[in-house]
Amino acid sequence: MIRKKSGTSESLHVIGKNLPKVDAMAKVTGETLFADDLFLPRMLYAKALRSPHAHARIVSIDISRAESHPEVRGILLGKDLPTKYGILPVSQDEEAIAVDRVRYVGEMVAVVAATTEWAAEEASELIDVVYEPLESIMTVEEGLDEGKVQIHEYADHHNIHKMVCLEFGDVDAGFEEADHIREDVFFYEGNTHLALEQHAAVAHYRKDGKLTLWSSTQTPHYVHRALSKVLEMPASRIRVIATPNGGGFGGKTDPFGHEMAVSKLAMLTGRPVKFTLTREEVFYAHRGRHPVLMWARTGFASDGAITSMHFRTFLDGGGYGSYGVASTYYTGALQTVTYKVPHYRFEGVRVFTNKPPCGPKRGHGTPQPRFALEVQLDKAAEDLGICPISIRRDHLVEENTLTANYLRVTTCGLDECIDRVVEASGWREKKGKLPPGRGLGLACSSYLSGAGLPIYWNKMPHSGVQIKIDRGGGVAVFCGSTDVGQGSDSVLAYTVAEVLGVTLGDIQVFTADTDMTPVDLGSYSSRVTLMTGNAAIDAATKLRDLLFEVAAEELDCEPDELDAHDNRIFVCEDSDRGLDFIHVARKAEAKFGTLGSVGSYTPPPSAGRFRGAGVGPSPCYSYAACVMDLSVDPDTGQTTIHDIWLAYDCGTALNPVLVVGQVEGSVYMGLGEALMEEQIFRRGVHKIPSLLDYKSPTFKEMPPVHTLLVERWDPRGPFGAKEAGQGPLLPVPPAYVNALYDATGVRFDRVPVGPDLVLEGLERKRKGREPRVGPKGVPAVQWQPLDKVPLPSQNPEDEGV
Amino acid sequence: MILVSFEVNGTAVRVEVEPQDTLLDVLRQSLGLLGSKEGCAEGECGACTVLLDGLPVTACLVLAAKVEGCSVTTIEGVASMWKGEEGALHPVQEAFIDVGAVQCGYCIPGMIVSAVSLLERDPSPDEKTLRQALAGNFCRCTGYNKIFEAVRRAANRMGGDL
Repeated sequence: MIRKKSGTSESLHVIGKNLPKVDAMAKVTGETLFADDLFLPRMLYAKALRSPHAHARIVSIDISRAESHPEVRGILLGKDLPTKYGILPVSQDEEAIAVDRVRYVGEMVAVVAATTEWAAEEASELIDVVYEPLESIMTVEEGLDEGKVQIHEYADHHNIHKMVCLEFGDVDAGFEEADHIREDVFFYEGNTHLALEQHAAVAHYRKDGKLTLWSSTQTPHYVHRALSKVLEMPASRIRVIATPNGGGFGGKTDPFGHEMAVSKLAMLTGRPVKFTLTREEVFYAHRGRHPVLMWARTGFASDGAITSMHFRTFLDGGGYGSYGVASTYYTGALQTVTYKVPHYRFEGVRVFTNKPPCGPKRGHGTPQPRFALEVQLDKAAEDLGICPISIRRDHLVEENTLTANYLRVTTCGLDECIDRVVEASGWREKKGKLPPGRGLGLACSSYLSGAGLPIYWNKMPHSGVQIKIDRGGGVAVFCGSTDVGQGSDSVLAYTVAEVLGVTLGDIQVFTADTDMTPVDLGSYSSRVTLMTGNAAIDAATKLRDLLFEVAAEELDCEPDELDAHDNRIFVCEDSDRGLDFIHVARKAEAKFGTLGSVGSYTPPPSAGRFRGAGVGPSPCYSYAACVMDLSVDPDTGQTTIHDIWLAYDCGTALNPVLVVGQVEGSVYMGLGEALMEEQIFRRGVHKIPSLLDYKSPTFKEMPPVHTLLVERWDPRGPFGAKEAGQGPLLPVPPAYVNALYDATGVRFDRVPVGPDLVLEGLERKRKGREPRVGPKGVPAVQWQPLDKVPLPSQNPEDEGV
Repeated sequence: MILVSFEVNGTAVRVEVEPQDTLLDVLRQSLGLLGSKEGCAEGECGACTVLLDGLPVTACLVLAAKVEGCSVTTIEGVASMWKGEEGALHPVQEAFIDVGAVQCGYCIPGMIVSAVSLLERDPSPDEKTLRQALAGNFCRCTGYNKIFEAVRRAANRMGGDL
């Protein structure tokens, strides 16, 4: 029995309330211990020597001078940890420390453990490495040139790490039906997470052969797997504890070489070892947003309905695989879940380059194509003489349908999202009547509430929760989920508090510890609220049933007449008839034995059966609509953003204040990507690897954000909830350039757009040239034959799965 | 080694420091005051902000040997700056919790110290002053707006209660 899950009619006591985060007190007092705050007795400090070359063969390494440094206790080279690993099973291409070849500037070549951090750094500089520099690949175009050096031998083709060629339905026929066809090219620059906490890891090896690693990771489960592989040790001897992450945003979702290195050094030296990356090293660890060049051809009917879409993406992947195969698919996955796309073709290619590896950043592979799609829609609306609202609002996907690429849309509150931002922004009154240099832009988006499939395909749950009730009335909740600041610990506590009716103060949450907690796959793909929430409801409901059985006997009623709140179990219709939680818990323990339960969550099966169908499905999708109001100074090119309105369909807001916080943070990060953030290199060296030079918005640049929550209850979410952590970023960059167009008449088909590009655009317009700033074209690629997939409507076997 | 005597959160301390040690190193490693965080070690992120003789500084840029005779206040000492009841939070800390201004929490100690320092100097700052005072503190999670709201709320509360 899962009461309270099935609708909003039943009264909820905790869910939906603006409550403090369970860890807020510790965080405002400085009590929270992050990985770098751990100090163990006799702890050593590790530092790395890193490659100064973008691409080189390691000819020889001489550690004799470093070894003679009096403070040095251990030195690790690539040959000491030669087993390759990687987050995806198909891209096991990384070495903890480079063995005989480096593929980007900053790759680790040796790691030194010494008694102080200073000494470790000093000693690392005493290591003599002879390199044989190789030709390096710095752009997608160079990567596509088969005459150039190959970075990895295992790629799909030469330096093409991954190529995807899929067609759903008959795209050519769809273009035949179109009244208007647009072809555009776009570029979305790469950028990085810039989490304020620098990655850190501490390892401790006990004499009985057990290794413990504390790490600022978003994915302790995958680090556990990778450590076992690289150390060639059974996973049962390894314990990975994810410390609270000082921000992640996807940057701490890969297993990293520094985690392997401290583990091995702890084993070799018999002493705990800590490795904290410097800010500069974090820029090189990267795994951030892929720079993506895009070509989009879309057919429209005269009313703005899309008849057909053909999308091509070119991803600059960097030196290793990371999540790149998934990223490639993601640049083609979610185009179909906002507006109806009856026929759809996607061709994508990820190219290896000699730069730090790109990976997942908030929105993983979807903000780039979303940018292209929303800007192209804006252009099409103008071509067709219809307004930017109706080209979107009139053609939304329907609820409970399958898209052309087999994504199941359960609920979609985008209609209401659009209505709310249009109304709140005064769009209809203002649009077209603003003074010169001022403009309004609109964009929409959608994102996953968790990936429907795990990284390692198996039938086990994606999230597990265990609950124990103590005789003292305390409730302990165990889950492998990792709080990266989004509030996942709080979601566990709220959920259990709601179902069991205990106060938050009586709940202790233990998370992200591979020895102590059931597996949760990690804080990525906006999966945690939905999956751990459902698992927690499952576990808590089992205990609640036991408690209600005991309480019902004593209160002489049926269990389903009971409710629980504020440490009391009582008869709903007569709340004075009730018992203390602790009293019922003790009676239940006497009757049933030790009180504990487990719950788990596995997403519903996804509908697609084609190669690549694993990327894109989700239990449900969140929706966003955004309006931006800005002014442009024609003399300086400086833009001033006056207001941003963002309406968000998050399903049920489990805690509205936390949802609004996620929306505001996403808007901020999207704004950074739109206005200024760039992960850029000169001959393989990062141009701006510091917080000062890598421009990101500060207190002074942040405009007011008006968040409007659209709570479209989703049957698959815990209490109806969907995700909120990533989706709100997506509409921000396209809303920005659409507003810039409204203000200036110049199209910006790329981000970021800073004052320099604004001035360039204005100058072009003044000189009568095409009023557009953006890429000129895309490189020629020998695409593979398309995998042709029939539409769900032509494939009755799969309908309704 | 250099012997340095100074005051931290109202208590006199004497520590041995290396010439290159920063105040942040000493606070964290010698004194176990781990609330001040390192986010860049270059004075850019503000996560290590502490008060040095009442003024906000990034502790990663202050050489420990230079604080002889100074008075330092860290996040751990902020609550006692407010003449509330024993063990109570500073109104700025309370406001950060109340409005939901805390996400990952890594920037929060430095942010709170900067905000407390601002309100000590200017109990009712206008928007521009407030933004300027906190512009040296990076936050990657919140988008700043809830932090802004928290400092505003704390200012009102402190003004009203005085």
